[in-house]
Amino acid sequence: MFSSPLRAAARRLAAGLVVLWAAATAAYLALLVAPGDTVDTIVGDGADTPQIRAQIIAEWSLDRPAVVQYLDYLRRLAGGDLGRSYLLQRPVVEVIGEQLAPTLTLALAAAGLGVLLAVVLAVATAGDRRPWLRRASSGVELLLVSTPPFLIGVVLLSVLSFRFGLFPVSGDQGVGALVLPAVTLALPIAGLLAQVLRDGLDRALDEPFVLTARSRGVRERTVLLRHALRHALLPAVTLAGWLFGILLGGAVIVEQVFGRPGLGQVTLTAVTSKDMPVVLAVVTLSAAVYVAVNTVADLTYLLVDPRLRRS
Amino acid sequence: MTVTLAPATIDTHTPHPSTPPAPTVRRRRWRPGLLAAGAYLILLVVAAVWPTALAPGDPLAADPLGVLEAPSAAHWLGTDHLGRDVWTRVVHGAGHSLTIGLAATAIAVTGGVLLGLLAGLTHRLADETLSRAFDAISAFPILLLALLFIAVAGPGTVSLIIAIGVATLPHHARVVRGQTLLVRRAAYVEQAVTFGLSRPRLVARHVLPNVIGPVPVLAVIGLGEAIMIAAGLSFLGMGPQPPSPEWGAMLSEGRNYLQVAWWITVLPGVAVTATVVALTVVGRHWQARFDGRQR
Repeated sequence: MFSSPLRAAARRLAAGLVVLWAAATAAYLALLVAPGDTVDTIVGDGADTPQIRAQIIAEWSLDRPAVVQYLDYLRRLAGGDLGRSYLLQRPVVEVIGEQLAPTLTLALAAAGLGVLLAVVLAVATAGDRRPWLRRASSGVELLLVSTPPFLIGVVLLSVLSFRFGLFPVSGDQGVGALVLPAVTLALPIAGLLAQVLRDGLDRALDEPFVLTARSRGVRERTVLLRHALRHALLPAVTLAGWLFGILLGGAVIVEQVFGRPGLGQVTLTAVTSKDMPVVLAVVTLSAAVYVAVNTVADLTYLLVDPRLRRS
Repeated sequence: MTVTLAPATIDTHTPHPSTPPAPTVRRRRWRPGLLAAGAYLILLVVAAVWPTALAPGDPLAADPLGVLEAPSAAHWLGTDHLGRDVWTRVVHGAGHSLTIGLAATAIAVTGGVLLGLLAGLTHRLADETLSRAFDAISAFPILLLALLFIAVAGPGTVSLIIAIGVATLPHHARVVRGQTLLVRRAAYVEQAVTFGLSRPRLVARHVLPNVIGPVPVLAVIGLGEAIMIAAGLSFLGMGPQPPSPEWGAMLSEGRNYLQVAWWITVLPGVAVTATVVALTVVGRHWQARFDGRQR
């Protein structure tokens, strides 16, 4: 018999697997209902003869029943095989693997910057010490959350690159080219995260343990950073999955604005040219990472907060 | 020598955890933010329904002699690379953005309420299946889910609407499901059952009205989100195609002239931001009022 925290953890893992399977199936269904002939897409502008068509059908196993193809797809997916790109005639794993590094760099830089900015904003404005700063900060956060990332990017580009020539206009050469895209992606994250963190800090500051700390003469800054922030960070962890989605979706747009290579460009090219294996792979992969991030966050939660182990 | 006493930093007003939280709605008579947001939204609706009232010109009329003109008295927001008036195009673009946003939100709300009710009222297996389906949809980043849909159905306004509607549906569905689970155990519903009400009538008359409460507020905030995603997808070239004056598409078109004519690109973007801010301000105010009433 499992002890109750282990069982809770096992439940989360199982639920994550079910969601993953459902997501993969949904993506596959999208492929099935897609109008247009797969053979046409693969033939493209190349030579088009009945022999070549027959060869393509045999090679891609398009003549087998949909159910068999689906099971095959799941089996290959479980083995880490994401299929072949119709357009590039290469394994999707390779195509994505090559472009993963620039996107990952961008996403990590943006996440780090966003979290840092959010913590600074929230700690500086939590409680009721500086009502004016707090209101100003809320206004800025609302603006950041409501501004589409491409507008932030375009404004930064037009002021800092075109007007003052501080940063390169496009490309991914060197650290300088990473600054503007990372800032663009980080600002909306910082806006929302700061709101959540400040709410958490406010709630933590009302707890008795803060009163105890203050009565011991602990300095206000220490109360905030050592005692309240820990409690405020915990609920923010549940946003990890959301953060990941914003990063990935935002990266597609930011890469387009700044002409950076990466997963975003791969995805957009695949969408416009109906290269379904690549689209499916990107979408399924993002769902898989989302589920993984969320499951880890949930498990961390169970580990850290014993109150949740009961249900 | 003087001894300065440290000012008392102990907050004596910190409430004990067992005392109920103070109402968060502060009653202020003068709310300039809310007023401005309301005024902007009214302007937006006028622009969407009757654009010629605000901008009598033709949003597609090109003028080869007046390209890339800076904002002036003749052209309030300047002209673009084809000499089209940017103000006229921004005004006429309101209809596109609002239509896409409203239609997508309508799909999300209708689908969310129906599926949420279904999940909350039927037996456990159906609930479990639906809930996992909601989880599966939310596992995709919204933008990527929309891109997947567009890869299947092709770019365009209708694809955009359906894609955003489906992607944002689980949020509404989860809220309604949660409310339904609470309401179905309420005494008045059990009593209605003992009176022998038919199931459809029970749901329509007693469950739905009590479940639907938070949905309009969510819808207002969701509308802002939908408009922002739609602008992003249009920016990527997946929405209404040029030359239609959609805000995201205008932004994308103007990008090549950013160095010489920032107004083509920045002003439609400002329109998107202002719309989302206004909807969020109104939505949050409404939510605060709603939460206050619930207590």
